[in-house]
Amino acid sequence: MSVFIARRLLQSIALVLVMSMLVFLGVFAIGDPINTLVHPDATEAERQAIVEHFGLDRPLYEQYGRFLANAARGDLGRSFRFDEPTLSLIAQRVPATLELAFAALLLTVLVGIPLGLYAGLHPDAASSKLILGVSAFGFSVPTFWLGLMMVMVFSVRLGWLPSSGRGATVELLGVPVSFLTWDGLKHMLLPAINLAFFKLSLIIRLARAGTQEVVMSDYVKYARAKGLRPWRIVFVHVLKNVLVPITTVLGLEFGRTIAFAVVTETIFAWPGMGKLVIDSINVLDRPVIVAYLLLIVVMFIAINLVVDILYSVLDPRVDLEAQR
Amino acid sequence: MSAPTLRVEDLSTQFFTKAGLVKAVDGVSFSVEPGEIMGLVGESGSGKSVTGYSVLGLVDEPGRVVGGRILFKGEDLAAKSPEQRRELRGSRIAAVFQDPLMTLNPVLKVETQMVEAIQAHGRVSRAEARRRCVAALGRVGIPAAEERLSAYPHQFSGGMRQRVCIAIALLNRPDLIIADEPTTALDVTIQAQILHEMRSLCSGSGTSLIWISHDLSVVAGLADQIAVMYAGRIVERGPVGELLERPAHPYTRGLIRSVPANSRRGGSLYQIPGMTPSLVGLGEGCAFRERCDRADGACLSTPPEFDVGGGRTHRCFHPYEGRHTND
Amino acid sequence: MSSSHGTRPAAALRRPRFRERPFGRAMAEYWESPSAVAAFAVTLLVILAALLASWISPQDPYDLAKLDLMDSVLAPMEEGASGRAYALGTDEQGRDMLSAILYGLRISLSVGIMSTVIAFAVGASLGILAAYRGGRFDAILMRVVDLQLSFPALLIALVLLVVLGQGISKITLALVIVHWAYFARSARGSALAERNREYVEAARALRLSDARIVFIHILPNTLPSLIVIATTMVARAISTESTLSFLGIGLPITEPSLGLLISNGFRFLLSGKYWISFYPGVALVVAIIAINVMGDRLRDVLNPRLKR
Repeated sequence: MSVFIARRLLQSIALVLVMSMLVFLGVFAIGDPINTLVHPDATEAERQAIVEHFGLDRPLYEQYGRFLANAARGDLGRSFRFDEPTLSLIAQRVPATLELAFAALLLTVLVGIPLGLYAGLHPDAASSKLILGVSAFGFSVPTFWLGLMMVMVFSVRLGWLPSSGRGATVELLGVPVSFLTWDGLKHMLLPAINLAFFKLSLIIRLARAGTQEVVMSDYVKYARAKGLRPWRIVFVHVLKNVLVPITTVLGLEFGRTIAFAVVTETIFAWPGMGKLVIDSINVLDRPVIVAYLLLIVVMFIAINLVVDILYSVLDPRVDLEAQR
Repeated sequence: MSAPTLRVEDLSTQFFTKAGLVKAVDGVSFSVEPGEIMGLVGESGSGKSVTGYSVLGLVDEPGRVVGGRILFKGEDLAAKSPEQRRELRGSRIAAVFQDPLMTLNPVLKVETQMVEAIQAHGRVSRAEARRRCVAALGRVGIPAAEERLSAYPHQFSGGMRQRVCIAIALLNRPDLIIADEPTTALDVTIQAQILHEMRSLCSGSGTSLIWISHDLSVVAGLADQIAVMYAGRIVERGPVGELLERPAHPYTRGLIRSVPANSRRGGSLYQIPGMTPSLVGLGEGCAFRERCDRADGACLSTPPEFDVGGGRTHRCFHPYEGRHTND
Repeated sequence: MSSSHGTRPAAALRRPRFRERPFGRAMAEYWESPSAVAAFAVTLLVILAALLASWISPQDPYDLAKLDLMDSVLAPMEEGASGRAYALGTDEQGRDMLSAILYGLRISLSVGIMSTVIAFAVGASLGILAAYRGGRFDAILMRVVDLQLSFPALLIALVLLVVLGQGISKITLALVIVHWAYFARSARGSALAERNREYVEAARALRLSDARIVFIHILPNTLPSLIVIATTMVARAISTESTLSFLGIGLPITEPSLGLLISNGFRFLLSGKYWISFYPGVALVVAIIAINVMGDRLRDVLNPRLKR
């Protein structure tokens, strides 16, 4: 296990290096690095200072080295708009995004798996067909439009739930969170549902297909032959097998959730890093964009690693040591 | 005299498939006494497994038990509620399935799968259940049972997995075990060991056993009584020695002749001519008549079960009489 | 002997009719599902509406001379100062929403279809080449594919547009870059399976040219799964384009796709004027659902693995 983790960590570091090179090339080399890093209204002296700081007059490989060295020190430039180090700017927004993403993931798991399990166990029931219909809809409807329609119905028409912001927050271990206040929860509900909807549809499909397959298996028939109670067969024998592929997908979907938070945060004015990066794109605050990208890359690689480990815990047949 | 462990009377199980009605089990009767081993022999699709599932109450849609009675220790199973039948399954009537690689749940530890079989049928503490599991594993010849309990199924070989399944079947000291081709997926040497163990386990505990197999030679060395199934019906039934020596039904005779050990060295292996009929929409008459050289007009109607005494029955209008020879 | 006997060998030798070949059979099976037929009809209708936008629209929504500011933000069927009513209302410039939707549909569909066609061509070529060549080219290509598929398409497209800038050609390029990997992976998979079949070995032994083997033997066998992917990808591309345009980084205001129309209606939505965002979204969702239903059905009939 530890050998596997060490090897995967090394691979991950290599991957981060490759991706950072791509980001570097994409944003620094192809685009005009001076325009990328220097505010358009900057004076000639400021310009010169930045060129100096990032060594933009030096050869490309040296620039990349300096970029890496700066990055390693946590220096990914300063935001034009806020005149703050980009990394700390993003770090302030990370909790809001993570909170929203976890809420969406929780909704997905708590609603999607039971619904999918139900539809798989009772494929001919009318309610199962309804569940499948909703899931097919959720698969097709673009997240942003669904978000708008939710605002229209629940905030504008019915006035039940607020449509923007995080609401009241309280500090938990020094981090502001919304889910511990009633107001914060109310603010979180719509964005969380919006962000969860696509994943929910996906998980319903997966859980349903998985359940139908597992129910037909010999080991479920054998479990019945042992005289186990029906709930034990469903919640232990079926569910545990259905969960193996779902966990992998959910793990990978968590990354997608953070990416799609860009959309949801924009609609619901949720002050996370997705909204920050869209705002930054709109005012061409490029250092923030670069920092966001690098962070996302690191996050994705970390998620992939965690998913692999989780997978091996859930499915004892997966032998991590035997893998490359 | 006490009631037989299992008495099946005129059992019919049908599958209502899109392709048509399939009479998988069609008027099957037999009985198994305490401690007796019955071999249920037939080719695939003959209805032998469905017979087993019908007794267990595990026939799934689109199949249904449509007729007959299943009496377990004198009680009609059809009169019992699903919950009562569940309580019987795994405690009084246990099962061992064909493919040990597929029957154990791959993501649960062996211990979990054994302990749950005990706890489904009574309030037993985990420690006590564990003790019984270790004892059961020891009885089927699994070394270091204590340690093996915490392993996952994929860490066992096929033969070991089947032993685990047999140990699970023995856990609640059942009155009847239904074993559906339990050694078919295993090596011949392991098969022999398991056969031997099953025999001694049953005779020691008074447990009855129904051993379902397509292989007559396996059953011959194990069973007290043999029932031969063909196309959903038991075509012949009787004590093992009698039936093997004096088969009455042409199909039984064909089966015995096609066992390789019964052929002369160098001679060609006997084959029953023709093919197994499709069960979809099978009509009246003896299902074997197309492949039988004794068939005539009488065989166009379904032969009833003829009771010829000595515990023997057959369904043939033109039975063989006298000893069976190989030529 | 009778004539029916005489024709039999000829019948066995002739090329099988379309319906008798596996692909043809699958296509015939497609029409057995009513929802799939409906989806096809809707898709056809949507495409027709987009193609004929400039003829069937009540108004040219981008001819400023035709717009009447007095008629701005009218609800559906509400009569404006000019005495006209608009079936789906108007936006803040007095633009007829129905016309704007038809024009927007044209842009959204063409971006979705164009990007998919190019991604199909590029991805399938690279995938088949990788399967056929093998070796280092294959290894590197598949590494890139795996890497790319582990990141969400929306994010990659977003990055590309930040680097590339806005515009129809830019977003098409971004979508091609995002989607080619799906085609490459699938094409490589089925080509690899096909390459090891006896008849390809035989073709090689006969020293048929590589091009002939690829185009006559391998390509047709990779097509069914590629067609399924292509259908899904058109829907995804339309969805991604509209999302990016909604975020303000996809298409510029001069090329208003459905996403941009919806984005434009956002601020009116909060004051209860729902129609500017609602109707373009309905058009978008109807188009995407219809294409997805088609894709699902195609997957069912073309994938022999799922059929029993």
